[in-house]
Amino acid sequence: MIAFFFIAILMIASALTVVLHRNPIYSALALVNTLFLVAVVFVMLDAELIAMLQVIVYAGAIVILFLFVIMLLNVDTEVRSARLSKFGTLGLALALLLALELGVVAVVYAPDQIAEAPAGFGSTEAVAEHLFTTNMLAFELTSLLLLVAVVGAVVMARRKVES
Amino acid sequence: MDFLISFVLALVALLIVLQLTVILLWVERKGSALIQDRVGANRANIFGGLLPFNLGIVNTLMADPLKLFHKEDVIPKDADKFLHWLAPFIAVLPLFVTFAVVPFGDVLVIGERVINLQAVNLDVGLLFVLGMVSLGVYGVVIGGWASNSRYAFLGGVRGSAQMVSYEIGLGLALVAVVLTYGTLDLQEIARAQGQLMWGVIPAWGVFYQPLALVLFMIAGIAESKRPPFDLPEAESELVAGFYTEYSGSKQSMFMMSDFIEVAIVAALVTTLFFGGWQVPYLYRDGFHLPGGFFLAVPSLVVTILQVVAFLLKLFIFCWLQILVRWTYPRMRYDQLMNLGWKRLLPIGLANVVVTAVLVLALEGFTVP
Amino acid sequence: MVNPYIALLISFALCAAVAGIMVAASWLLGPKNDTKAKLEIFETGNPPLGSIRGLRFPVKFYLTAILFVVFDIEVVFMYPWAVIFRRLGWMGLAEMAVFVAVLGVGLAYVWRVGALEWD
Repeated sequence: MIAFFFIAILMIASALTVVLHRNPIYSALALVNTLFLVAVVFVMLDAELIAMLQVIVYAGAIVILFLFVIMLLNVDTEVRSARLSKFGTLGLALALLLALELGVVAVVYAPDQIAEAPAGFGSTEAVAEHLFTTNMLAFELTSLLLLVAVVGAVVMARRKVES
Repeated sequence: MDFLISFVLALVALLIVLQLTVILLWVERKGSALIQDRVGANRANIFGGLLPFNLGIVNTLMADPLKLFHKEDVIPKDADKFLHWLAPFIAVLPLFVTFAVVPFGDVLVIGERVINLQAVNLDVGLLFVLGMVSLGVYGVVIGGWASNSRYAFLGGVRGSAQMVSYEIGLGLALVAVVLTYGTLDLQEIARAQGQLMWGVIPAWGVFYQPLALVLFMIAGIAESKRPPFDLPEAESELVAGFYTEYSGSKQSMFMMSDFIEVAIVAALVTTLFFGGWQVPYLYRDGFHLPGGFFLAVPSLVVTILQVVAFLLKLFIFCWLQILVRWTYPRMRYDQLMNLGWKRLLPIGLANVVVTAVLVLALEGFTVP
Repeated sequence: MVNPYIALLISFALCAAVAGIMVAASWLLGPKNDTKAKLEIFETGNPPLGSIRGLRFPVKFYLTAILFVVFDIEVVFMYPWAVIFRRLGWMGLAEMAVFVAVLGVGLAYVWRVGALEWD
């Protein structure tokens, strides 16, 4: 429990860095940190396969994509600080509202409804079993989604080159 | 007590990596000299020869790292100081930790305790290795960016594009291996290779997945940006690519990450394809040779033999990578990317499909 | 025995400590002579052309990164499939074949269109 709070505080600090830091590269690195900590939380919840996949795909691939985009667009330090204040207060208010709702649910309703995780819950075999038998359709649809992503990216990138 | 054992195992894994890196640096210099028919580095000595003993060629082994650590740490002006410090750190950290999941022996039996000789026994060990390799790209990208120099930056971006392209090939090659063994746990895979095929040949991965071995070695060497895939570093062309602006221990950490990746590729090749710590015909109680001959061996000797076998195989594959470096000319960048995307990827996919079909067709075909 | 993830934490901490010491080593052990010339970027003697701020970043790197993300996800889906493959039998093979085929179409498209060309 203490470990979870410690990790949670680190995660919140990282996430705040992502949002608030002026330099976008630092934000991206803080994002890597946040995602890595999420993987740690997954491990604490016994979901080890998902934790590893989180590191491989999210922290290891997607944020690299973000970094490339940041460098491509040459998003500079000055640009960021100006735009923060406009939507800042609204965002903060919404975030606090969400936190309040979650807190109410967690404290009042949830304690009686927490199910016990079955043995071998997050192991590779268990997740794979579900993924490839009961949720096969979702799996196949994912491939279509990825195909759309590939084609879309190529079309967008090439149009940029030609223009 | 358990924590102490874990700590000691983690320390052992880290020490293996560190020693191997220093040794590889030296082997690289002497080995390349051997291949190129010259003497190599032999000028280092202790206190100018004042001492009565001279360690000979080992002097260079000690001198190189010591020299690098004592160099001045120069950060170019306008460079981002925090990132300049961070890049070598994140280049090296995931690679150090990867070694923690590599099994370097079977079990060590001390009295009542049976200690699994693997620092971290993860069920998803192989995915962990892939994850850490993925994180290794950040060192390159941030290293290039932090120097605030166009050459370094371009070197960093090209380097990371290359690493990223070959990660897929790496992953695909290993899918076939997982298909064969049905588990992601490295110690399980090493153990499973103790069986005998037709009672005579040890069931090492190389016999089941030769194509995966080739794919993996190519992808591994490309991933670590070693020659013949070292255009981002290009020693004779771009000065030093993305780590041009680094000096002293930071630069040595980037060079170390090169050698650590060599060691990791070698460790994975031994564990997945050559039985890891397995000595042929050696089981926990002794040698069971075909033909029924049995030689009992005490368990401590068994353990030592297995650890030595692991280190030996590790070294052989490191040496193989050094050989590859000094044999092949450098590939052009577009040839490199073509190899990654147009050859390794389709061949890897085909390998997976063929393996899958074979596994199903010959149901009892591999180790349980 | 110890939970493997605790062992992993111990490993991580140890490696981070060693790596940290190494990064600090030069700064601690080496001389500090900051002359102006040393602080400039290395460009074989010519004055530096300028920082990276104005550099045009070729778009093909972005394309490589996107393709990497997509195919990385594909590979990552193959791992759990490979682990329980024997339990899934021919049906499992058919599922994955469809998945790979769809993404293979993507790869073929990208190849054909020339997005994999690196001039």
